[in-house]
Amino acid sequence: MDAKGTDLAIIQTRALAKAYRMGEVEVAALNGVSVTVQRGEFVSVMGQSGSGKSTFMNLLGCLDRPTSGTYHLEGHDVSRLTSDQLAEIRNRSIGFVFQGFNLLAKMTAVQNVELPMLYAGVAPAERRRRARAALASVGLDRRMEHRPAEMSGGQQQRVAIARALAGEPAMILADEPTGNLDSASSNEIMEIFRDLNSRRGITIVTVTHEPDVAAWTQRTIVFRDGRVAGEA
Amino acid sequence: MNTSALLSVAWGALRQNAMRSLLTMLGVIIGVAAVITSMAIGTGARAAVAAQLERLGSNLIVVVPGSIVSGGVQLGLGARQSLTLDDATAIARTVPEIAAVAPQANTNAQVVSGNQNWYTSVVGSTPAWPAVSNWSIAQGRFFNGGEVRQAAKVTILGNTVATNLFPGGGAVGRTVIVKNVPFRVVGVLASKGQSGFGRDQDDQVVVPVTSLQMRLTGQRWISSIQISAQSPEAVDSVVSSTQALLRLRHHLTVQAPDDFSVRNIANIQQAASETSRIQSLLLAAVAAVSLIVGGIGIMNIMLVSVTERTREIGVRMAVGAKERHILLQFLVEAMTLSCVGGVIGVGLGMGASFITSHLAGWQVIVSTVSIVVSFVFSALIGIIFGFYPARRASLLNPIEALRHE
Repeated sequence: MDAKGTDLAIIQTRALAKAYRMGEVEVAALNGVSVTVQRGEFVSVMGQSGSGKSTFMNLLGCLDRPTSGTYHLEGHDVSRLTSDQLAEIRNRSIGFVFQGFNLLAKMTAVQNVELPMLYAGVAPAERRRRARAALASVGLDRRMEHRPAEMSGGQQQRVAIARALAGEPAMILADEPTGNLDSASSNEIMEIFRDLNSRRGITIVTVTHEPDVAAWTQRTIVFRDGRVAGEA
Repeated sequence: MNTSALLSVAWGALRQNAMRSLLTMLGVIIGVAAVITSMAIGTGARAAVAAQLERLGSNLIVVVPGSIVSGGVQLGLGARQSLTLDDATAIARTVPEIAAVAPQANTNAQVVSGNQNWYTSVVGSTPAWPAVSNWSIAQGRFFNGGEVRQAAKVTILGNTVATNLFPGGGAVGRTVIVKNVPFRVVGVLASKGQSGFGRDQDDQVVVPVTSLQMRLTGQRWISSIQISAQSPEAVDSVVSSTQALLRLRHHLTVQAPDDFSVRNIANIQQAASETSRIQSLLLAAVAAVSLIVGGIGIMNIMLVSVTERTREIGVRMAVGAKERHILLQFLVEAMTLSCVGGVIGVGLGMGASFITSHLAGWQVIVSTVSIVVSFVFSALIGIIFGFYPARRASLLNPIEALRHE
């Protein structure tokens, strides 16, 4: 690996493996995955269910630790950190967008977007200002004080994107971000992603099983049986 | 994440389920209210007993004759005829650190005035009596030393006797007949009301002890000697000196038991306050149990809440909440429940104490200590019983929490 590669690679995994214990049997969900994603890439991850793509995304998102292998995020090895250290990395470097939006139902859009900054210790006024800016950037200026139940699926997913953006992360990890949306909303969301990637240079990795979604991205990694089966 | 943010998150979550929160708090509310009320009643009762005994005088020592054995039957304290007026005089003259000595002889008699009559107890004593037994004179005067020496036919009426014999008032200066002996009323005692034991203390008349012995009973024995020590600290030495003096005067051999008994009010006071202390301890223990039951209620509902909000916990963890953030969030929630419950409980307890004192006419004292203690206790309950659910929440796996339906 050359110096330049290290500089540019935001994600670099080497022989990443994850095994789960199911009673007596050990099941290998991920088996020696080595993937490099450069800063500013827009990547999709595809594969059938059980292919290991979700496990891979959980590891990329620092929600879980590998059984073996290494994972360098922004040049730092994060494969052996404690859960609190991982929480800090999630807070600082990663924005999540989920299939089911995962907004807190009792909170307004602004409050939802403020959540990561709450744990980052950002002062209340600054928090509010940044949350409003993030919501404005995804076109939700007029929905700031609405609760998730008062918004459409597309709008809710845009709040989720604003929440992912608010912490000014190096990358956004999206897990089937359009899975619960109609095609019009899906296109809206993918357009936002493409804008964030091309205009603001944010690295985006999205899991999907829809070729239409994968078509928006620059590169597709396909998983099969816990390994990388190919790239397109 | 600062304190006010934590509190507002906790408050929001509790308000979301206002009814459930209130019902959960009920255990703590009832527990704290019970602590406050029982302590208030206990403290009040203790203060009332103490005040009553205080009125008797904490320096008071009483000598009564010993028991008598007649054919193997013990007749009880006071049955024996062993104390005389001379004993009282000797005590007054020789025992140090004594403020006053008042011998007392008793009989019962019909007291007659004109067409009114009243059966009452007749007390014979000396001029020291009002001071030693804590009586004051409402009208007229008490008899003096000269009248005792002359066995004068003068009397001071208790309030009950005065009102019964002279319904129109003006007892002083009138004459009453006691066992065919006319006594001139020179004074009326101020009313004391019922004693702690329910006896009407005003139902008595007082005459010089010599008059009682010579004119009414013909007995030279007296029924008690009341001694007032100069200070509470002197009580013990006065008791032992009195004991030694009386044994000497009664010619008791070393082996012979006392033919009298010396008691002091401090002992009685101690016993009384010990009793009420134990009572309030028991009450507090019962209240503590109900607080603990309240705590279990909080733990139960917090466990339910953690399960219900597993997904929320997952989201919070995903966006960067650390273990301690989640732990603190649920701990603060449990503590808010128990503390708000504690505050309501304190208010309710004070209200209940007030109503009790109003309706039952008991003296009730809500002490600051009981408020502080029960509030701190309820906050602790929140921490102790909230910790397990909060710990469980903080240890959730974020991936599984996010997948939770």
